[in-house]
Amino acid sequence: MNNYKYISAILMLCLTLTFAQQTPAPVQTEAFTIVGATAHIGNGKIIENSIIIVENGKITACANGLTSKIAYKGKVIDAKGKHVYPGFIAPNTTLGLQEIGAVRATNDTKEIGTMNPHIRSIIAYNAESKVVESMRPNGVLIGQITPRGGTISGTSSIVQFDAWNWEDATLKVDDAIHLNWPRSFTRGRWWLGEDPGLKANKNYTKQVLNINAFILESKAYLKGNKATKNLPYDAMQGLFNGSQKLFVHVNDEKGITDAVDFAKTNGITNMIIVGGYQANKVADLLKANNISVLVMRTQSRPNSDDDDYDFPYKLAKLLVDQGILVGLQNSGGMERANARNLPFQAGQVVGQGMNKEEALKLITSNTAKILGIDSDYGTLEAGKSATLFISEGDALDMRTNILTHAFIDGRAISLESHQTELWKRYSNKYKGE
Amino acid sequence: MYKKYLILMMLLCSFTIIAQEHFPKNDGVKSKNTNYTAFTNAKIYVTPTQIIEKGTLLIKDGKVVASGTSVTIPKNSVIINISGKSIYPSFIDMYSGFGIEKPKRPARSGRASQYDASREGFYWNDHVMPEQDAIDDFKFNEKSASELRKAGFGVVNSHMQDGIVRGTGILVALTDEGGDSERIIDGRSGQYLSLSKSVKSKQSYPTSTMGALALLRQMYYDADWYAKGGSKAKDRSLEALNTNKNLVQIIAAGSKLNDVRVDKVGDQFGIQYVILGGGDEYERINEIKATNAAYILPINFPKAYDVENTFLASVLELDDMREWNQKPSNPKALADNGISFALTTHSLKSPKDFKPNLLKALKYGLDKTKALEALTTVPSQLLGKSNSLGSLKNGAYANFLITSGEIFDKKTTLYENWVKGHKNVLESMTVKDIRGDYTFNFGNKSYDLSISGELNKLKSKVKSGDNELGSKLSYKDDWINLTFTSTDTTKQEYFRLTSKVNNTENLSGKVILPNGNETSFFAKKAPKEDTEDKKKGEKPDTDKDVKTMPLTYPNGAYGFSELPKQETILFKNATVWTNEKEGIIENTDVLIKNGKIAAIGNNLSSKGAKVIDATGKHLTSGIIDEHTHIATSGVNEAGHNSSAEVTIEDVINPEDIGIYRNLAGGVTSMQILHGSANPIGGRSAIIKLKWGESADNLLYKNSPKFIKFALGENVKQSNWQSFSRFPQTRMGVEQLYIDYFTRAKEYDARKKSGKPYRKDIEMDVLSEILNKERYITCHSYVQSEINMLMKVADKFNFKVNTFTHILDGYKVADKMKAHGVGASTFSDWWAYKFEVNDAIPYNAAIMHNVGVVTAINSDSAEMSRRLNQEAAKSVKYGGVSEEDAWKFVTLNPAKLLHIDDKVGSIKVGKDADVVLWSDNPLSVYAKAEKTIIEGVTYFDIEHDKQSREDIKKEKSELISMMLKDKNKGLKTQPVKKKDKPELHCDSL
Repeated sequence: MNNYKYISAILMLCLTLTFAQQTPAPVQTEAFTIVGATAHIGNGKIIENSIIIVENGKITACANGLTSKIAYKGKVIDAKGKHVYPGFIAPNTTLGLQEIGAVRATNDTKEIGTMNPHIRSIIAYNAESKVVESMRPNGVLIGQITPRGGTISGTSSIVQFDAWNWEDATLKVDDAIHLNWPRSFTRGRWWLGEDPGLKANKNYTKQVLNINAFILESKAYLKGNKATKNLPYDAMQGLFNGSQKLFVHVNDEKGITDAVDFAKTNGITNMIIVGGYQANKVADLLKANNISVLVMRTQSRPNSDDDDYDFPYKLAKLLVDQGILVGLQNSGGMERANARNLPFQAGQVVGQGMNKEEALKLITSNTAKILGIDSDYGTLEAGKSATLFISEGDALDMRTNILTHAFIDGRAISLESHQTELWKRYSNKYKGE
Repeated sequence: MYKKYLILMMLLCSFTIIAQEHFPKNDGVKSKNTNYTAFTNAKIYVTPTQIIEKGTLLIKDGKVVASGTSVTIPKNSVIINISGKSIYPSFIDMYSGFGIEKPKRPARSGRASQYDASREGFYWNDHVMPEQDAIDDFKFNEKSASELRKAGFGVVNSHMQDGIVRGTGILVALTDEGGDSERIIDGRSGQYLSLSKSVKSKQSYPTSTMGALALLRQMYYDADWYAKGGSKAKDRSLEALNTNKNLVQIIAAGSKLNDVRVDKVGDQFGIQYVILGGGDEYERINEIKATNAAYILPINFPKAYDVENTFLASVLELDDMREWNQKPSNPKALADNGISFALTTHSLKSPKDFKPNLLKALKYGLDKTKALEALTTVPSQLLGKSNSLGSLKNGAYANFLITSGEIFDKKTTLYENWVKGHKNVLESMTVKDIRGDYTFNFGNKSYDLSISGELNKLKSKVKSGDNELGSKLSYKDDWINLTFTSTDTTKQEYFRLTSKVNNTENLSGKVILPNGNETSFFAKKAPKEDTEDKKKGEKPDTDKDVKTMPLTYPNGAYGFSELPKQETILFKNATVWTNEKEGIIENTDVLIKNGKIAAIGNNLSSKGAKVIDATGKHLTSGIIDEHTHIATSGVNEAGHNSSAEVTIEDVINPEDIGIYRNLAGGVTSMQILHGSANPIGGRSAIIKLKWGESADNLLYKNSPKFIKFALGENVKQSNWQSFSRFPQTRMGVEQLYIDYFTRAKEYDARKKSGKPYRKDIEMDVLSEILNKERYITCHSYVQSEINMLMKVADKFNFKVNTFTHILDGYKVADKMKAHGVGASTFSDWWAYKFEVNDAIPYNAAIMHNVGVVTAINSDSAEMSRRLNQEAAKSVKYGGVSEEDAWKFVTLNPAKLLHIDDKVGSIKVGKDADVVLWSDNPLSVYAKAEKTIIEGVTYFDIEHDKQSREDIKKEKSELISMMLKDKNKGLKTQPVKKKDKPELHCDSL
């Protein structure tokens, strides 16, 4: 309690100086060493009593403090009894593209049109979003900012969550193109008096052909002299030369099968399935083609009354058990504010029998691999970026996900937010009375 | 000249048709036909149970004079011997729209809602139209009449199928002859009602089923008040309603749940409705029986789904598949349970579909006599016309059918349908059966003719030697016309053959040759070969034994085949979260018995108790969700800015899979709240999640009374294009409350004074708040409005019970504590609209620390099944102790709902609503293994595993059955999945 009073007093002082958003941390200049924590490497391993040395934004050592004799460098952070994790990664998110769900003026998630590979999320990303800063106290430090809408929604970029502006935030620009695969089923338009239930999509074949046609046209264009610029076709180049990935948002068995076939036919090698509600039914196909899956929210309702009540809880496990590379993503209702629950979405899978370190991979190393940033992010390994945090306890369980420190590229970022400030302000109001 | 003559003739005819005694006659002499018609040697069904073999039916002037075996036939009788044939009373459809054109929805102009009535001098709600008389819109439709007659109907009770109160019906005999003067048996035959609005008016209210039910109640109160002279203004609707009071009241409910709902309204006002059901009554037959209502049943049985495409088939849900399999047994279920019902063609695409569907119901076990009663005596009795309709008793209308045999046999031919003594021939009774094989010769050639097929649709085959010749046959009124090609296929030559049939043994007549010459022919019929006939006949029905899947409760996935029973259970060695002063106690036994917690302690034992080893597990009281919208058929009545008259208790949906899934998340009780469309919302339902039970059995007995209020953006309608409804600002919201409470106060005072008053359900409910008999749960976000409502409550001397959502609660927690209001909030929701900009996950902790009774709720069908985790977030956000955090979803919501005397903690004497968890219940890793309500295990993780297997097995069996249907050539319907949207506060 005393401690708390002390902290709040300091904070009250700070408050008079703070603005709406936290100020990004400066570049790391001094080395530091985290000592004594249980290090959850993010690749399935744990190091108890670890020593983690961070220099110039990189992890230069992560080792067992009892067995290896490494000299501490710089400031020592005593983390005995605490846990260190690589920063969690939120793929397929609209964080920073919309601030308030019901306020249209704040919405930059969706462009009109159907084939929009040239639409780039990064330039609309609001690095100063209050929602974005609320991710950090839960350990979510990196996101793939993804546009929505259309058939080809546009191009995503990967950012870190402590930045002055979008340029500053960017980890990987234009990393992937996002394709919403046509749905096998459509809903009736109730506002026209139709039955609102699900019916087979009569236009499915046509819609798939449209996508194929767009790919063929793009390829033809790219082979030509491009004298007359065509922005959408031009934006497809990365997909064909392998510099960009294709994220196909699709849930049903048939759609996934058709999408895999589509990618093969068109020579697209870097494909990821997003959603994948029925991916377990085509696990062999996915495995044979080395396709990874960003599964739907684990904390969601089953699609059918008949489905297992815990099916979404366990889908990730079903796929991992079949040898597929799986990450978690959080698209859906209130997806931005809820993205901070990503660690608990991973915890949910543990309840289904997955090993905790394996579950951790779903939001760290697996996701880093899927996004193609695993050379720098996703694990606590020497040589990687020091994007990590210290938690009082198990970060996948809400009771114990309590952060004391967080770093992005070695920068000690603020764990405060609009919300913590209000918390402290009003807690003090009542204390003062 | 010829044309003129024709017109004159037609005029003459029409005059004779509608000639009536008191009408002058200028086209001839007044002539009266006093002859009788006698049908002899018939099997006569006087009623479905009174059957005369070889009897005589004597009719005159459109009525039955006598029927029996020893009827004296007067001399002036036309005698028709129909030996071997049967006579049935013709069918009655009492739920018809015959001859009355349904109004069309006018094209929408603008999106603004219309709140006021369009009419003047009528009821305040456009959808109440008891003054509407079907007779005013009636226009006899010969085409429909003919279709209905072909299906066996003689009389229909038709009405305007539009609106909530639809006015009177009209009882019509389906005769083309005789004009309306003869056809219309009763111009005011029953009053029709429904729960669906009129398409003619855009008046918004009611937008929901509960609103329609509330409207009916208020309307009945108003009619009574009007009858007593309470109103100064003229209201033609209420006048008509009072006039129609003594007619039979027929209401379209349309589903088993609505059947029970409307019956309750009727009971309240001493009205026993005749209910148009939904065909799904078999699923809840005991409740249906308990309504004591007679039913009108549609028989539009679903076609099998086309399941050939496995991807498409995979979205089919078990309940929809079972519906296909079980629905044809609905009429049987009612018959077996002694529930009176009539059958209707309503909801069939065409009357043509009536017989095949009826045959299906019979195949599924409906008794033939019951079926006949449902088409004759039952509807006639329900319409109060037992003496004149539905039977062939003396004096009844001569409405009857002449058939070749048993009327519900597939092969039976319906020959004639007599309506009020007018003959309508459907198939000729005297038609000679010329089917068979013939041989004839002319022009040196021999021909073989084979005639087959249905008598009214014969097929011909002509052969000369081995050459099959193209041929076409027509057969009408004993005349055969046959055209066939010559054997020389290089020429386009035809032989035309004409024959008048005199007997069925041979044919003779003339042939016109291609060159125009005529010659005669004689064709001899070959003797009949039995084997041939069988081969040609239809395939025998191999699956006479239909297989219906067993019902479950509810009748879909995860339903119980038998409702689970209360047990005595002893949990050994559990970690028990008591929520009492004992706190969290380890290694403890808990005994539950007779639905209550019987003992807590160590080394407990109880004879006959089921012992559960709970070592390493946690036992808690069940989770209580203060704010949910699952298990209801509607959330908002958005037609008015105050909807205190509606109640969610009216529209509980006990079949929502959300109930089961919430059990799997350890939830045992919840408050189903009205939505947040209006400052004054509707009344709540507080339920226990007794999966499989009826809607009524889910409700708490003597439930505390609650109503939902709402503030902010939703009631201001800020987030969509709506600018016409008051209030549009928080300023207006305050005034709305003051207005309503001021009026309620005046109303209550008048009511208590004993003076006459207009009973107003809305005001009654608001008076309950003023009289501290009803609690408010108020949807709220920002501090200004929270403060405002507390001030309004102070002004009217009551307390707000609960602020729900209350995301700015932390800003006014001190004021809330002073007022004595509790809080039920989200753990960490924010950023979804402007008014939650300052919502913080520390809210619960701050309010709790200040001393406000704080709960965490879901408002989400998904989150409610993880409320334990949501509570755990308060440990993270704000450092609440685990014990206190757990109370946020158990004891505290129980307190807020005033049910903490029964539930909310593990305490001897409280309801045995407990959950066994695999782990610390606040952990994200914990799973509910058993969820028990009053000693009944409603969720068991092992049973759940079994259910999954059962579902898979049953679905695959049903798929096979559907494939079989398709292979038999039966029609199928494309795969579809019903819409079961997740409902939120702002769902409409």
